[in-house]
Amino acid sequence: MRYLGIEPARPRVAVFDFTGCEGCQLQLLNREENLVDFLKLVDIVNCREASSDASDCYDVAFVDGAISRADEVVRLKAVREKAAVLVALGSCACFGGVNRLKNACSLPEANREVYGDKPKETEPVRSVGEVVRVDLAVPGCPVDKAEVERIVQHLIWDVPFAFPAYPVCLECKQRYTPCLFQKGQLCLGPITAGGCNAPCPAGGLGCWGCRGRSADCNMDEFWALAREKGFGEAEIRERLGFFGGFEGAP
Amino acid sequence: MRISLNVDVHHLTRVEGHGNIVVRVENGEVKTARWDIVETPRYFEVMLKGKHFTSAGILTARICGICSIGHCLASLRATENAFGAKIPPAAERLRLLAKHGETLQSHWLHLLFLAAPDFLGLPSVIPLIEARPEVVGIAARLKGLANRICEVVAGRATHPVSLQPGGVARRPRKDELLQLRDALQRSLQDIGAAAELFRTFPIPDFARETEFVSLAGRDEYPWIGGDLVSSDGVRRPEAGYREMTNEWVDENNTSKWCKLSRESFAVGALARLNNNFNLLHPEARKMAAALGLQPVCHNPFLNNAAQLVECLHVTHDSLRLIDELLRDGEGPTRVEVKPRAGEGVGAVEVPRGILYHHYVYDRDGRVTRANCVIPTTQNNRNIHLDLRALAEKFSAQPGMTDEKLELLCSMLVRAYDPCISCSVH
Repeated sequence: MRYLGIEPARPRVAVFDFTGCEGCQLQLLNREENLVDFLKLVDIVNCREASSDASDCYDVAFVDGAISRADEVVRLKAVREKAAVLVALGSCACFGGVNRLKNACSLPEANREVYGDKPKETEPVRSVGEVVRVDLAVPGCPVDKAEVERIVQHLIWDVPFAFPAYPVCLECKQRYTPCLFQKGQLCLGPITAGGCNAPCPAGGLGCWGCRGRSADCNMDEFWALAREKGFGEAEIRERLGFFGGFEGAP
Repeated sequence: MRISLNVDVHHLTRVEGHGNIVVRVENGEVKTARWDIVETPRYFEVMLKGKHFTSAGILTARICGICSIGHCLASLRATENAFGAKIPPAAERLRLLAKHGETLQSHWLHLLFLAAPDFLGLPSVIPLIEARPEVVGIAARLKGLANRICEVVAGRATHPVSLQPGGVARRPRKDELLQLRDALQRSLQDIGAAAELFRTFPIPDFARETEFVSLAGRDEYPWIGGDLVSSDGVRRPEAGYREMTNEWVDENNTSKWCKLSRESFAVGALARLNNNFNLLHPEARKMAAALGLQPVCHNPFLNNAAQLVECLHVTHDSLRLIDELLRDGEGPTRVEVKPRAGEGVGAVEVPRGILYHHYVYDRDGRVTRANCVIPTTQNNRNIHLDLRALAEKFSAQPGMTDEKLELLCSMLVRAYDPCISCSVH
């Protein structure tokens, strides 16, 4: 893969999964129309879900999932030591994701409810960044493969990647999606980080905020607007807390 | 010579989630044969408590990165059954079309990206890009089309957005459906080529008599809702799913285990096909015969062949659904859903087998109790017992080595296409 006659670096890439659905790493195999080119851009040396090769020598580690057990902490710290660049892939890795909803419950009670008198080991859910240093956090439930492709291109050409500062709301305007907030659905589009190209409102679902807060979000104004439209505090809080991306929001 | 063998697979590769295989053969006797699920549990049933019914499908889709559409549909069906809501016919067709897209996506991912490398002696699909570019081309086209169906109908391939209580929020445009129709027609050639490839793969000669559980089709090969049936003759209504699953907690596993008439049972493509063979599309039945698949088939390695046959069936059925959607035009795809106190069960055949969601709601439409029984949870004990039978049979064969037995055990587990994160949820 050459560009203007220049051969780029072909980083050795590894993918690791922790507490989650593994849907984000599966996105790496999507966008099949350019999958072969994408797989040639990088050298995938360790990706348990797709390959039996398992090298411990890699430059970039993509980490999928949240952290909720002691053995995951040990495994994650070993990955951090080996990787030059650690990328948190998806909302579970970035914020804890929906797994974080568990933290609102008593863990012994949760265990009793699911496993009866044979409880399983579990800890409060943490994001990857709460356990080790993260170099790049790519949010989304799931991540958007097109954005991941752009990030990988920046990695191989050694150019810093900048996430959009604008919210999801702007991307709806760009693709002429009728505003669901105006039509009466609760929508976190005005305060959620853009970059996903707003697939949810286009499919008829108000934004659930999986990418977390946008750079310049005005929470006070959003609360005022949502209340003015008749949404109650409980509903707004349930939505803000869903993926953990607004943790600590007012 | 009495042989001794050791297999120790920590975190099996090319499956979804984390599971270990341990086999010990001493002097020709199988001392240990285990399938241990070590995945971290997530407690979705606890997270669901107190959630509004409009959140339930969105939350439970996150149980699985492969069959999120199936989870969403089982969740919506449980909710709609609890509230006594009936969705419009166009919504039923769109939901089934989205499910077909997911079945194709999941089956092709498993067959061509995860299972095929074993038969070609490769660690993954990546070396195939150089060695067999035409195979990678077929794989990419078939999986790509499957994802496109999901995107058009469900709004996204993973974690759907348009599938909502009361129906489907967005009706695909006519030109989108026509494009899918063309692409599905053209894909029949690639499906034929994929079947030819699998026909050349040697299937291990192994069978263990098994009870198979699935939905019972009446006029159509079953995918969404209906009675539950087992090949041992058990039949229950959808709401009687607990009597079909009998979950219990095992010391060594974060996944629960299930049983019915025997020590274990199996669900998935092979179970569906065994229980509903006559409802397959005629072309799919022909392919089954060409692949050596006749009901009732007890060789778990042929689950791969059953998935291939289902891919052909589902492609033909998708063409039918698109024709009906185009014919029936512009009717509603969604009704308003009003919550009420009550409970409901939704049973859906997802790629790996039958999936159940069961919710109890208060009168405001908030979940007070939830239970999800996952296909791989139902398969785990069957895999566990298959491993012992497999080790007993093949350790007695001359020339067996640790490496050969490890490959056979790994291929057996992969044939079930386990979704381990799901099974623990």
